[in-house]
Amino acid sequence: MKFGIVVFPGSNCDHDAYHVIRHVLGQPAVFLWHKDRDLRGSDVVILPGGFAFGDYLRCGAIARFSPVMDEVARFARGGGKLLGICNGFQVLTEAGLLPGALLQNASRKFVCRHLDLIVENDRTPFSNALKKGERIRLPIAHHDGRYFIDDEGLRRLEGEGQVVFRYAENPNGSRGQIAGIINASGNVLGLMPHPERASERILGGDDGRRIFESLLRS
Amino acid sequence: MAHTEEIVRGHGLTTEEYQRIRDHLGREPNLLELGIFSVMWSEHCSYKSSRKYLKQFPVTGPRVLVGPGENAGVVGIGDGMAVAFKMESHNHPSYIEPYQGAATGVGGILRDVFTMGARPIALLNSLRFGERTHPKTRFLLEGVVAGIAGYGNCVGIPTVGGEIAFDESYGGNCLVNVFTAGVLPADKIFRGTASGVGNPVIYVGSKTGRDGIHGATMASAEFDARTEQKRPTVQVGDPFTEKRLLEACLELFQTDAVIGIQDMGAAGLTSSSVEMAGRAGSGIEIDVSRVPRREKGMTPYECMLSESQERMLIVAKSGREQEVIDIFRKWDLDAAVIGKVTAAGKIVVREGDRVAAELPIEPLTEGAPRYDRPVARPAWLEALQSFDPLSVPAPKDLGDALLKLLARPTIGSKEWVYEQYDHMVRLGGVLLPGRGDAAVIRVECSNRALALSVDCNSRFVFLDPFEGARLAVAECTRNVSCVGGEPLGLTDCLNFGNPERPEIMWQFAEATRGLSAACRELEVPIVSGNVSFYNETDGRAILPRPPSPWSACSPMPSTPAVPRSCERATALRCSERRAASSAAPNSSRRSPESLRAAHLACTRAPSSRSSAHCGA
Repeated sequence: MKFGIVVFPGSNCDHDAYHVIRHVLGQPAVFLWHKDRDLRGSDVVILPGGFAFGDYLRCGAIARFSPVMDEVARFARGGGKLLGICNGFQVLTEAGLLPGALLQNASRKFVCRHLDLIVENDRTPFSNALKKGERIRLPIAHHDGRYFIDDEGLRRLEGEGQVVFRYAENPNGSRGQIAGIINASGNVLGLMPHPERASERILGGDDGRRIFESLLRS
Repeated sequence: MAHTEEIVRGHGLTTEEYQRIRDHLGREPNLLELGIFSVMWSEHCSYKSSRKYLKQFPVTGPRVLVGPGENAGVVGIGDGMAVAFKMESHNHPSYIEPYQGAATGVGGILRDVFTMGARPIALLNSLRFGERTHPKTRFLLEGVVAGIAGYGNCVGIPTVGGEIAFDESYGGNCLVNVFTAGVLPADKIFRGTASGVGNPVIYVGSKTGRDGIHGATMASAEFDARTEQKRPTVQVGDPFTEKRLLEACLELFQTDAVIGIQDMGAAGLTSSSVEMAGRAGSGIEIDVSRVPRREKGMTPYECMLSESQERMLIVAKSGREQEVIDIFRKWDLDAAVIGKVTAAGKIVVREGDRVAAELPIEPLTEGAPRYDRPVARPAWLEALQSFDPLSVPAPKDLGDALLKLLARPTIGSKEWVYEQYDHMVRLGGVLLPGRGDAAVIRVECSNRALALSVDCNSRFVFLDPFEGARLAVAECTRNVSCVGGEPLGLTDCLNFGNPERPEIMWQFAEATRGLSAACRELEVPIVSGNVSFYNETDGRAILPRPPSPWSACSPMPSTPAVPRSCERATALRCSERRAASSAAPNSSRRSPESLRAAHLACTRAPSSRSSAHCGA
């Protein structure tokens, strides 16, 4: 399964995602420069974490205009599997590929630490190696991770099983303790925690690896 | 035309230094030339008061690839890999404007390391603030921590450790010292050199603005009531540009087009061009009209002295200009040929056809003033050292005493601080903050890891600069060895008061002697360093407590899996053994007074104990 990892100027978890795909999962991976319009035959596209365009204006607000995003949107509309991690999740909401928005943390501070997530939906291509109700441990590292959506949007997400990961304890003031959501067609996932940072035991845990392994099983 | 005394003083030069410039030139310098001399002869750039003492450091060793004098030191770690590292102070800017001061400190030290050809993999820091009750402490602490986080997190370099201490003596002058380590192939080290007559000088990175003019001069003076007015001399950082500059430079290093490269740090275009020519024994010619600018109407003086951030100066092979420029354009950065290397042994600054400055290189670099300032042992030290700690009655309720100690910000948990730093990005963190005495970061594409620690008990240095400095080295190397590392190199960051005061200079002389002695005993070379003087306000008789953090940097001799098997209990035993073996020869040579003094600091003043936030 070939993974394409988009590199915006300011992406800084692109190498980390590449490392996990190539060296931990042993799958082919390519970097996709934001100015190119070619996804180079990727089966899965990852929008990595970081600070695309310095997070200037608003997180993800400039990145969504990069040429590569036209192709990414077309890929997603065609059912291609698209994963946005942290800053990538922010880009997906700005691009309208996922509903809602990510606001500044309630603490108004950057927060980096491990925490527990509850798996809410194990029937997605990103979570089929996990079990519903299971707790997994992943790190977060963000300043703008407070998920927000209006009441009606929240009801729809909850009703349709689009909430995939929920924080066991809310670190940032997200509505519904939401950590990760999937789109209605079930092929675009965005989450604030970093599964690529929890894919090797030497780094303190490998729960995150099962998210990537889910993709290989799907 | 001779310059008025006010102009000369405004440039931080003494009357004698001004006369010396006139002697060198055989004429009056013009204003730009005076400005160039002023920054190159500032304490910050010239080490004019400290050089005499830095010369005694052990700087060589079987693994040292680059010692002091370059942008960062480099030590081999095996497998054909090397680590470049350095620590630098950004005290004065951080006190004036904590967020930007700390942020640009991080930016500067990152550039010092990646200019060597290394990819930065870890940041550490050492911070000192006034007591919690001081009206500025909260503002400074929050601003500095947010500034370090804002810059380092955005560039994507993990901040993996450090230390913080609070003491009243820092109320008027906080200390912000930042450290970076980066990895590089041992056979691809880049240096700040301008060699090869006719080779193009290329400016890359951000545009030049009017910010930070005379920052180096500001950092070489004490604070007073007008310090607040100096806010415009603090630069503003742009981590997004730094990130692009980092990636573009690393891409450039894959080519063989580069002769030399240097960060435009303190004193900007002036110090980078002069130092690069100085190291090569060449000359350099620069046309400021070709410098990319943020503002219109900037004078040659402003262009040469601006400290705008995120800029680098490159000397490329002749004919390879376009290749270099294309890489930076890919990352949407400015790049322009602004001059060339000459054989003349001088720097010529042009604005189009007009020569704006023409100065010999030698008096600006090696020929800068060197001072052997008077030293005097402070009279008050006797009373402090003769104090008998046993005369203090033991607390009645030891449990209550313990709780009071734990509530001290110096001792308490630093989670509030390190959770604001992204300490996990780049997937290197085998031992993260709060988990060990040193951070352990694995090195990509190798079976090695680095153990990193920064440590100093400033109060020990205050009570006995010689022993305090030795203890700081001992503690730092212990931190590294007790996570399983072998200390291979050390960088120092020496923060002291006004060197024109004999008792401060005595502290500096003693501390550097102690540092040197400890490094020789432990066979750890000092490969880079930084000196920050004038850390005082209004010359008030504050207790001069020279904090002097150092960091040891060490590769693990085996696979990164080793630190995991280094159980806590083992680590402690290991640490105690090391402490015992390094303390034994010390104690025989230490006077009873200094022993008591150290003990005093432990029992009476635990608040000053510097606790690593990756540890303790």
